[in-house]
Amino acid sequence: MKNLVILGAGTAGTMMANHLVSKLPKKEWKISIVDQYKTHYYQPGFLFLPFDIYNEDQVKKVGKKFIPKGVNYIQQKIEKIDAENNLIELDNGTLAYDLLIIATGSKIAPDEVEGMMSTEWKKSIFDFYTYEGALALRDKLRDWKGGKLVVHITEMPIKCPVAPLEFAFLADSYFEKKGMRDKVEITYVTPLSGAFTKEISSKALGYLLEEKNIKLVTDFAIEKVDFKNKKIVDYVDQEVPYDLLVTVPTNMGDEVMERSELGDDLNFVPTHPKTLQSIDHENIFVIGDATNVPASKAGSVAHFQAETLTDNILLYINGKPLKEEFDGHANCFIETGKNKALLIDFNYEQEPVTGTFPFAGIGPLRLLKESILNHWGKLAFRWIYWNMLLKGISIPFVSRNMSTSGKNINK
Amino acid sequence: MIKTIKQVELKVNNEGYLTDFSQWTKEIGAEIAKEHEIEMTDKHWEVINWIQEKVAANEPLSIRGIKKSGVIDIKQFYALFPGGPLKVSTKIAGVPKPKSCI
Ligand SMILES: Cc1cc2nc3c(=O)[nH]c(=O)nc-3n(C[C@H](O)[C@H](O)[C@H](O)COP(=O)(O)OP(=O)(O)OC[C@H]3O[C@@H](n4cnc5c(N)ncnc54)[C@H](O)[C@@H]3O)c2cc1C
Repeated sequence: MKNLVILGAGTAGTMMANHLVSKLPKKEWKISIVDQYKTHYYQPGFLFLPFDIYNEDQVKKVGKKFIPKGVNYIQQKIEKIDAENNLIELDNGTLAYDLLIIATGSKIAPDEVEGMMSTEWKKSIFDFYTYEGALALRDKLRDWKGGKLVVHITEMPIKCPVAPLEFAFLADSYFEKKGMRDKVEITYVTPLSGAFTKEISSKALGYLLEEKNIKLVTDFAIEKVDFKNKKIVDYVDQEVPYDLLVTVPTNMGDEVMERSELGDDLNFVPTHPKTLQSIDHENIFVIGDATNVPASKAGSVAHFQAETLTDNILLYINGKPLKEEFDGHANCFIETGKNKALLIDFNYEQEPVTGTFPFAGIGPLRLLKESILNHWGKLAFRWIYWNMLLKGISIPFVSRNMSTSGKNINK
Repeated sequence: MIKTIKQVELKVNNEGYLTDFSQWTKEIGAEIAKEHEIEMTDKHWEVINWIQEKVAANEPLSIRGIKKSGVIDIKQFYALFPGGPLKVSTKIAGVPKPKSCI
């Protein structure tokens, strides 16, 4: 009997368990999945918690419910990966593997920036990338009287790179609805040179910032949070004052990578961008936010990766060459407030452009243009997540590799 | 695109980054630096060498990596290459602009 072990039962790990359970011969392979927590969070929902659009119950479920029968679920903390000896050290015991899938995701590391995790954390400095952070921020916003709201990205890469922009847009509608938009000054502060990294979408989104009267500060590489004087300061001594700082701290892979000497300087695992095999160990594969591949860290990306990875695991087991197939495909809705959203579809090579999706000329969704239908798409995504994505069911008409059909690409 | 520096025809992309590292020389690096109003010193070259070594070893570049490089701290890095130090230094080093993905 051989052992396939999946580390992490978040979006990517759960999908892999569902894909593989029916494809690996039960007599030959035992599949185990390890996660430290009982609860599985729908992280895209964290964006909506602070604005009272979603409640707690809509974003969490018992994780085990999504692990298929026939897969051994181990609720423990992973202490170390001993890649030389094919062993996993858990909180309590060890686990041997023949084949390993790392899906431990990424998380915020606010202590990377001086002054961020200060006495003001969750008082005037908040994150919305964790369940606790999003709830604390909701409570703060409920009776905030207004002032300078600064939405800030510490450094790239971050998961769901559009989430902070969406937060700024939703904040604009939230305060408008409360009749206090004139009491709130919103500033968006980014280390990038534009609202977004890529030229075409940067223009599209920059325009939205203007329309919503959100100030933009670019090329801001934060050095410290001066929490006493309520301002953030960058390496060239630029300062942005705030009353309420909503920051996306540095994102890092789990410390288990550091302890196991498997990660880069952000604890992300060096991974082949097209096959998803680890660079250093043949029998280790990596998926989702835990990789260092230059794709977005997003659930949709993990979903497309899972299809390629499933094929590659089977090829690997059968001693065949791997498919160099994953193209960086990402597909994300961007909430723009007032019940509208944009949609972007792109990959390693192709930046987001305008057009129709998934059908050329027909849509019904429009790329890089605001529409109410896109907003419904985003909200429908929660259902799709719990009922299709996690179970490894393909989304109809959306293929793992990006399609250029319907896209306005200037060749 | 082609850009001519010191009578050498260089292959560059639309942002002015060399696309063929074999065309790079220290002299060309210094000329690109001048376009950014940077007069190269030993410290500048130390950073450029470090960047080129990282790229040759296929390791990604980041501001954080600079902090750990042992060559320079981030504050100095900003002072040496004003206006986006990673963007400017990689252009001078003749290597691709670091990817910061969407
Ligand atoms: C605010 C926000 C908005 C987002 N919006 C979107 C969106 O609109 N669309 C989209 O596609 N994506 C979105 N995402 C991103 C998406 O949630 C992630 O990309 C996705 O969850 C990544 O899946 P993963 O399996 O790699 O990591 P995760 O889902 O984070 O799972 C990692 C798992 O590993 C476990 N783990 C880690 N280390 C250990 C250890 N040492 N021991 C035991 N267990 C461990 C964790 O407990 C966790 O359960 C958003 C994320 C956030 C935070």
